[in-house]
Amino acid sequence: MDALLDDWVGRIRETAARGGKLAIRGGGSKAFYGGSESGEPFAVGDYQGIVAYEPTELVVTARAGTRLADLAATLAEKGQWLPFEPPLFGPQATVGGMLACGLSGPRRQAMGAVRDFVLGVRLLDGRGELLSFGGQVMKNVAGYDVPRLLAGSLGTLGVILEVSLKVLPRPVAECSLRLAIDEAAALQQLNRWGGRPLPISASAWHDGVLTLRLSGAAAAVAAAQRTLAGELLDDAVAAAFWQSLREQEHAFFAGEGPLWRLGLPSVAPPQALGPTLIEWGGAQRWLRGGEAAAIREAAAKAGGHATLFRGDATLKAAAGVFQPLSEPLATIHRKLKQAFDPQGIFNPGRMYPDL
Amino acid sequence: MESTLADRYTVDRPELVTRLRAVLPTNALLAEEEAMRPYDCDGLTAFRQLPLLVALPENEAQAQAILRICHDLRAPVVPRGAATGLSGGATPHPDGVLVSLAKLKKIIAVDPLARTAIVQPGVRNLAVSEAAAPYGLYYAPDPSSQIACTIGGNVAENAGGVHCLKYGLTVHNVLRVRGLTIAGDIVEFGNAALDAPGYDLLALLNGSEGLLAMITEVTVRLTPKPELAQVVIASFDDVRKAGDAVASIIAAGIIPAGLEMMDKKATHAVEPYVNAGYDLEAEAILLCESDGTPEEVAEEIGRMRAVIEKSGAAGIRVSQNEAERLRFWAGRKAAFPAVGRLTPDYLCMDGTIPRRRLAEMLEAINALSIKYALRCANVFHAGDGNLHPLIMYDANQPGELDRATAFGAEILELSVRFGGTITGEHGVGVEKIMLMAEQFSLAEIDTFHRLKAAFDEHGLLNPGKGVPTLARCREYTQARAGTAAASARP
Repeated sequence: MDALLDDWVGRIRETAARGGKLAIRGGGSKAFYGGSESGEPFAVGDYQGIVAYEPTELVVTARAGTRLADLAATLAEKGQWLPFEPPLFGPQATVGGMLACGLSGPRRQAMGAVRDFVLGVRLLDGRGELLSFGGQVMKNVAGYDVPRLLAGSLGTLGVILEVSLKVLPRPVAECSLRLAIDEAAALQQLNRWGGRPLPISASAWHDGVLTLRLSGAAAAVAAAQRTLAGELLDDAVAAAFWQSLREQEHAFFAGEGPLWRLGLPSVAPPQALGPTLIEWGGAQRWLRGGEAAAIREAAAKAGGHATLFRGDATLKAAAGVFQPLSEPLATIHRKLKQAFDPQGIFNPGRMYPDL
Repeated sequence: MESTLADRYTVDRPELVTRLRAVLPTNALLAEEEAMRPYDCDGLTAFRQLPLLVALPENEAQAQAILRICHDLRAPVVPRGAATGLSGGATPHPDGVLVSLAKLKKIIAVDPLARTAIVQPGVRNLAVSEAAAPYGLYYAPDPSSQIACTIGGNVAENAGGVHCLKYGLTVHNVLRVRGLTIAGDIVEFGNAALDAPGYDLLALLNGSEGLLAMITEVTVRLTPKPELAQVVIASFDDVRKAGDAVASIIAAGIIPAGLEMMDKKATHAVEPYVNAGYDLEAEAILLCESDGTPEEVAEEIGRMRAVIEKSGAAGIRVSQNEAERLRFWAGRKAAFPAVGRLTPDYLCMDGTIPRRRLAEMLEAINALSIKYALRCANVFHAGDGNLHPLIMYDANQPGELDRATAFGAEILELSVRFGGTITGEHGVGVEKIMLMAEQFSLAEIDTFHRLKAAFDEHGLLNPGKGVPTLARCREYTQARAGTAAASARP
């Protein structure tokens, strides 16, 4: 493995010296996400293996090319998991890609995102320096929090080599409920319930139907089930439903039209921009179709932002994938990019055109 | 001691005073030594330093004006909240303006439906929970200093507390920070949603020790107050057994709301002070809390009890009412002031280690206590591996502070060697700045400087804190190598 890293260091330095560009690729499962790939392919998916796993420490360290499915299987043997339910979007999905894309699944509303669970990273920066930040302990404020900075950085700051993550035990009990309710009332209810100590671990509203998942101690789940009422879903049906949201296999996500992801305050009213699927208690809203400028404006007005999650290259180029940044923030982004990758060799344009 | 780590800056003081007076109310600028004296240190009282000036802005516009002037004149700026920090993050700079944000203490809004509060940086941690209480909500991070410490400081240090295993650190409970760059630009990090476009600068700001931006407003996430909380208190005749109990609880799939350990010296310090009812025979006690619905708590307390009994606890009690629960916690929360009564001075260490190395670490600390002839009590956030040895010394006895400092440094070096970190929640500040060279390579330190420069090109925000200069790292490493070589000689 050291020989492999030596090769990579050499390649990074050589590329930087001649002004080349590198398109970092793990499993390629999320190649659709962000701006289009450009530069010479730089495959890192072979750098695999779980380096350390101590279930009683609630920490696992894995090389970036480790398949997420393999990691999940190892954690499951000890009754643990990654509670933010990262989407795979393909069996080849890797740990490094998970951190670089920073995506979380249905359970995010209750448990947090990738950035809340990453504890440490090893990476190669744009000068080919091997760097290590954070560690394998849950509390660590020595130095700036580079591991969390890398969550969602889309490979623009460096080649992620190794990731340490906090893991958690799986809940003892779980059940899912379904209620008929309109969008405005669902949003109102979800926020009201959010202010009560109820074990809601996921929520999804679409087409007049709200589905809730409860997770926790058996007694708590049973009590909440009585409080919330609703139709109890069969376990297998419920599992398939949440899986279909996490992996975007639900019928809502089918078809070729653009898919927008709006990150909004959970209390933002219905946006009436087109066919909508709401998750995360109102904080994540998926939208099919619509006009880019209107969507971006509505998201900003509501206090959030809109991402062109899936769309063709033409639309991505015209609308940009991510909500534009304010000028002071954009300046900090450019300077940060330069701090980690002075020659701008990694994943150019994958996040913003000028990064 | 005087802070000697800050590089000096050449600042035109009369010019600075004239320009600041023009933008600030008369009582918002202190320039006399007598008036500035109360600002000469934070919670790390061993480091004292008079600033060049003290400014007390009343609003964001005044803070912005101060930064623009300081940036223009290349004068260092040190932000300060309640100054309860224990690592010297708010120690003044001799050539800089200390900017106290204590007057920015408005709770701007509490939104019960959205479960958020928008507060100014000078609002106290506990005041947020008090404002949210009528809605059945609270602000989860609860550092021991929560009566006094401010939200701005909590963000700057990424403060923890005794409930962060389950509820997270400050970084997990803050949605948005509004701040000023050193150039005086207003920047919004994060927003009222769960995520924001671009790099996660909000995460970066948490724990950045005032080196990246000056915080002027924070949106925090509020959490529904659990219906019930109960705490199990267990005594052990051996710290090793207590450590094993912690591992067994986690292995059983339980995430306690709080999981704290205290050694015998710590319980003996607090018991006469707060009468918490601790077992004074025990070598270590464990506090293990469950919260949730009454049914949930009953179920979880049962599981906790079973695991702790199996780990060989000498005694177990469960709090029977809220008053008793608070009394059990009062001892833990009062550990620092209680130790303060036993000694003229103490240093509080903050290393974090993998939990499995706990017994080894406590044995090493006992050996160091003999080596340096200084007493040391240990309180431990057992759930997340964060250890707070309290090294007792008397600054008036020649050599004691130096011995205490060397004692602390050895503990932190050991923390790094055990796979942990020199600081879990108190920050690097001035106190541990040279120990950064133990934990990070020159290339990593250099990356921190580059990152800092992306926010603050001229290095004016809180200089001399957090990250040592590369030159000082090299000196430190050479000195350490010299010591090691000398001690290796027969």
